Amino acid sequence: MTAAVRALVKQNFYQDSVALMRLASEVKKLPGVQEAAAMMGTAANKIIMAEAGLETPDIGSAQPNDLVLAVRAADAAAAQAGLAKAEELLAARHTAGATAGAFRPRTLETAVKNLPGANLALISVPGEYAEAEAAKALRLGLHVLLFSDNVPADAERRLKDLAISRDLLMMGPDCGTALIGGVPLAFANVVPRGAVGIVSASGTGLQQVSCILAAAGEGVSHGIGVGGRDLSEAIDGRMTLHALRALGADPATEVLVLISKPPSPAVAGKVFQALAAAKKPAVVCFLGLAATDRPKGNKRLLFADTLEDAALAAVALRRGFPFEPRPFANDIEEVEVLAAGQAHRLRDHQIAVRGIFAGGTLAHEALLILGELAGPVASNLKRHDLTPGAAEGHAVWDLGADEFTRGRPHPMIDGTLRREFLKREGNDPSVAVVLFDVVLGHGAHSDPAGDILPGIEAARSAAERRGRRLIFVASICGTAKDPQGYLKQRETLDEAGVLLMPSNAQAVRLAALIATRGAAMRRLRAAT
Amino acid sequence: MSVSDLLATEPKVVNVGLEGFAETLEGMGVSVVHVDWRPPAGGDARLAGLLAKLAALDQSQ
Repeated sequence: MTAAVRALVKQNFYQDSVALMRLASEVKKLPGVQEAAAMMGTAANKIIMAEAGLETPDIGSAQPNDLVLAVRAADAAAAQAGLAKAEELLAARHTAGATAGAFRPRTLETAVKNLPGANLALISVPGEYAEAEAAKALRLGLHVLLFSDNVPADAERRLKDLAISRDLLMMGPDCGTALIGGVPLAFANVVPRGAVGIVSASGTGLQQVSCILAAAGEGVSHGIGVGGRDLSEAIDGRMTLHALRALGADPATEVLVLISKPPSPAVAGKVFQALAAAKKPAVVCFLGLAATDRPKGNKRLLFADTLEDAALAAVALRRGFPFEPRPFANDIEEVEVLAAGQAHRLRDHQIAVRGIFAGGTLAHEALLILGELAGPVASNLKRHDLTPGAAEGHAVWDLGADEFTRGRPHPMIDGTLRREFLKREGNDPSVAVVLFDVVLGHGAHSDPAGDILPGIEAARSAAERRGRRLIFVASICGTAKDPQGYLKQRETLDEAGVLLMPSNAQAVRLAALIATRGAAMRRLRAAT
Repeated sequence: MSVSDLLATEPKVVNVGLEGFAETLEGMGVSVVHVDWRPPAGGDARLAGLLAKLAALDQSQ
C-alpha cells in the first residue's frame, strides 16, 4: 500500500514555530501517520517538508505567510484524519491558554501603549526579522532579550551600540536565558533571589551556575545574558562591559560571576579592567582557558575551570572562606570505589564514553573535562559534519546545535532525537558509559527524565541482548522550585539505574573514571 | 528606563514571537503582553528590510 500525503494551506495564518512543532508531534501520534508537519510556507521549510516526503502542489504554491499543514500516512483515510486533528488543535490554541481572550496587539508600538511601564521586549521571531524588531524595541526605550538566532554580527553590533547609547540592555542574540529582578525569562530556572550577579555568554552556563548557587543556599540578584558572540573580537565585549558596569552599581549585587568561552585577548583586558572598576569580589569562568593563560588572580578575583567551580567560588566569596576546588562533593575514595564497582560490570572492549547533551555549554564542558581525563574526544562541537555512528572512541554530542535543530524542536523541549542517539549507543559494542544532562526550568519539557527514559531502556536492552551492560551517568540542572519537580525527576532517573551526580562536571569525571577503569584518577589527583 | 532602573524594579514584558514565553510569564504573575506578530511585508524579506530602514528613519526623527 503506498503512502498518502494530504496537505492544507491556511493563507496568511501565522503561528510560532514551537507551537507548530508541538502540534505536529501530536498529529504524528495518530495511528497510521508516518510524518506530519505544521510549518510556515517559507522556501526553507518547503525543502524540509519535501525531505520528509511531504510534497503536494498546494504546498509548492504556499507563501511564507501561509501555514502549511501536511500529513503522510499509510492510507488516505489516515492522512485525512491527521489533517482534521491538526485543524482541531489549531482552533483550540486560540480559545485555551493563559493568553486567550486577552488583548493581542499586532505591533510592538501598540503593545507598549497598552502596557504602562513596559520595560523589556522578549523577542523570538525568526532571525531575518530579529534586527528590525529589536531596533524598534530599543528605540521605544525597552530593554531587549533577543532569543532569536541567525542574526549576523554586524546587526548585533548595531543593536548593541544603539542599546548602549540609550543605557539599555540588549541581551543576545541567541540568548536563551536571563534572570531579571528574580523573574526567569525565556528558558530559565526558578532561582531564589540573592546577592550573586551573573553575566553570561551562555544560556545553560547561566542555568548551571544559578542552580548550583541555589543548592548551596545562595541566590541570584540578576543573571544577564549577553549572547554567545559578545566577547569575540567582532563585538568587543560591548554588552558584557555594559552589564558589568550595571551590576557593579547595583546595590543588590555583592559578588560577580562572569561566564564565557575565552575572550579575544584585547577584549580580555577590557573585561578585567571592568571587573576591577566594579570593586566587588568576582569569579571568572572562561571555559577552556588553559591554566597557563590565566592572568594572576587575587583574593577578590577568582578563576574557575568549570561552571560548578564558578558557583562554589562565588559561595566562598560570599561567605569569606578560601575557595578550594574538589573533583567530587563526596570523598574521592568513595567515588573511586563506586567507579570500580561499575567498571567491573563492563566487558573489556567497552571503553568509550558517549555524551548526549541538550545543553550546549554542558556539552562543551564535558568535551573539555573528558578530553583532559580520558583522551581524544570526537564531537559535533569540533566538526559540525560529524555523523552519528561515525564516531569511534569517546564522543560528545550537542544535540541543540544548529545542525540538529533545523525543523526540529530543541532537545530541551523534545527528547525524540536524544532517544534515537541513546538507542544507537546501545548497539555499539565499544560503549561503556552513556553520559547526559537533564535540564529543568521554564520552557523545558514538562518531564525531561520521563521523556528520555524510553531511550535509556532501549539502549540498555540493545546492549543486554548482546551480553553487555551499559552504565548511565547524568546530572540534573534544576532547582527545588522548578515546575518539573526536582525530586520526582531524580526519582525517575534513580529508578532507571542512572548514576546521578550533583553537577555536570562531576558527572563527566565519574564517567571518565569508570570508562578508564580508574586510570583517570591519576590525572584527577594531580589536578587537586 | 535605564539599566539601573530596570534592575531595581520588576520586568514588565512585551513578548514578540514564541507564545509559550508569554504563557509562562503570565502563569508566574508577571505583567506581559503578547504581540500577535506576523512577518512584515507578507513574508517578503527584502521588502521587510526596506520597511525596517524606513521605520528606523522615522523613529530617529
